Amino acid sequence: MTDAPLLELDKLSTHFVTARGTRVVKAVDEVSLSLRAGETLGVVGESGSGKTTLALSIMRLLPTAARIVGGGLRFAGEDLLAKSPSEMRHIRGKRIAMILQDPMASLNPLFTVGDQVAEPVRVHEHTGRRSARDRARSLLKAVKIPAPEQRLREYPHQMSGGMRQRIVGAIAMACEPRVLIADEPTTSLDVTIQAQYLKLLRDLQREHGLALIFITHNLGIVARMCDSVAVMYAGRVIEAGPVRTIFNAPVHPYTQALIESIPRLGGGPSRLTAIDGQPPDLASLPAGCSFQPRCPRALDRCREEAPGITTVAPGHTARCWLAAK
Amino acid sequence: MTLLEAHNLTKHFPVRGGLFRKVEGAVRAVDSVSFTIEPGRTLGVVGESGCGKSTTAKLVLKLEEPTAGEIRFDGQSLQSLDAEGLRKYRKSVQAVFQDPYASLSPRMRVGSIIAEPLVTNESLPRGEAKKRVAHLLERVGLPERAADLFPHEFSGGQRQRIAIARALALSPRLVVLDEPVSALDVSIRAQILNLLVDLQRDLGLAYLFIAHDLAAVAHMSHAIAVMYLGKIVEYGPAKTVAADPKHPYTQALFAAALPAHPDETREEIILAGEVPSPINPPAGCRFHPRCPHVMPRCSVEVPPLDMALGREVACHLYDGKGQ
Repeated sequence: MTDAPLLELDKLSTHFVTARGTRVVKAVDEVSLSLRAGETLGVVGESGSGKTTLALSIMRLLPTAARIVGGGLRFAGEDLLAKSPSEMRHIRGKRIAMILQDPMASLNPLFTVGDQVAEPVRVHEHTGRRSARDRARSLLKAVKIPAPEQRLREYPHQMSGGMRQRIVGAIAMACEPRVLIADEPTTSLDVTIQAQYLKLLRDLQREHGLALIFITHNLGIVARMCDSVAVMYAGRVIEAGPVRTIFNAPVHPYTQALIESIPRLGGGPSRLTAIDGQPPDLASLPAGCSFQPRCPRALDRCREEAPGITTVAPGHTARCWLAAK
Repeated sequence: MTLLEAHNLTKHFPVRGGLFRKVEGAVRAVDSVSFTIEPGRTLGVVGESGCGKSTTAKLVLKLEEPTAGEIRFDGQSLQSLDAEGLRKYRKSVQAVFQDPYASLSPRMRVGSIIAEPLVTNESLPRGEAKKRVAHLLERVGLPERAADLFPHEFSGGQRQRIAIARALALSPRLVVLDEPVSALDVSIRAQILNLLVDLQRDLGLAYLFIAHDLAAVAHMSHAIAVMYLGKIVEYGPAKTVAADPKHPYTQALFAAALPAHPDETREEIILAGEVPSPINPPAGCRFHPRCPHVMPRCSVEVPPLDMALGREVACHLYDGKGQ
């Protein structure tokens, strides 16, 4: 493990602009993160908090209405924002790979699993058909699919959800990427299958020194899998730091409430800490801090001025006036 | 007195195939399942997809007829009820489903959605129904003016409140909650779970709570039934089952549940393979092909659901362990 971060986001902002430019949605707003090889970062947030747009910004796979409007994005010392689309194509899938939530939507129903697992190897490494096939077989073995030789000839619909998600994992790992972004990879899986899959990702990470980014709404996944965590709310990272620090001593009221709102095993019927209200609409954010209307500890200042980034402790940052004091 | 009692409840769905669509087999969705629900209490049902938990809910709601076995409500068998008795049963048992985007008609105003069961079942006059709707909205924490709006004007959490208000309209005694918070955002889930706990306390409702989120079930329930491939494998007081699961499947399920804190480390039990097809379930104990403690007799003999260590377990490991 080296000291230099493998992936570094510096105040990255991605905005969606309507065709006439009348409305701007700041889906990702001045997000700074860094990730070293072998590390796991969890990005947590609710729907609409901008976590998926953040992932797509790193992959530079944004829809046409979205634009990276500012900030920096560096990978292994290179400026990704300066790359041309064709240069990006060589990085994407080869050095930075992504796993999406719904494995059925990311697999092509008309091609065999073998073709799809072999495709990145053939495209990126210009390998011949036969050796790509051999690689595909060993990849299926690596993601612990029984009878890989037979499965290579089958189609996605012939497999269960858990197995499809493993196939997607095999495709992502095909070119031995340095960074793997997993966007809600286990949401569609059952509990015991989820446990299998998380263990598989951890094993792959250990073997290859992968840097992993988990995009999730589930703090439980963060607690089990991640070294550090970034909590997103309305397009911004409102708190970030090492996982234990965030769980033991969260500073931002949103993070605190989020952690306290999870039911615990062995709790029995009792009241949970709930967060009043609902997440804001990104197109019409409240003035000041975006969380202020739901915040139990909002000050007058919070309604007027958005808080900047405060360093609470080395590696632990928060966007909150309470932390700034 | 027990509110609802299911006795050897069984539901098989025929599998048809071939030229004349002959019945070739059956999906044994629910296979001889027995449980009880006490008034004002919550029975949580957990299990993975295909374990039969939703079919169980449908049987309780009488959306499906059981192949065998019976349900008794207030001591009366549902089979013996006449039309009037059934009508009363349907009023006493209501449901809230997972997806509040699918369960509310987009063309009806919230007021009409909530009043519909009142109008069809109790033929209440307009003014009276309106008053009841306002009261129900207040009960679930929505403003009175919500009645004039359409479902699309509400967020997921608010829609789930509307669905709860509709379920409460006929003053039911049992509410079937089928994954009521799975479709909601994390910060909203606690709001809805709290609302359900408050309603239970204030109205003395009984819940049949079905979810795959073990922590939520453990949090909400007084008793838990764990299902695997159509059978209950462990059944007992929620605290006993959640704190100290005994069936190897329950142990694996709870070990697989995600922690609430990074320091919360559990013994890692990773089950091999996947849930087999319920069309052709394994012989003997249905869990034996994946069980880490499998013994020779497990593949031959079906373990009965017997009392052991303060709960009922269907596992040969606890044979003769008695009370």
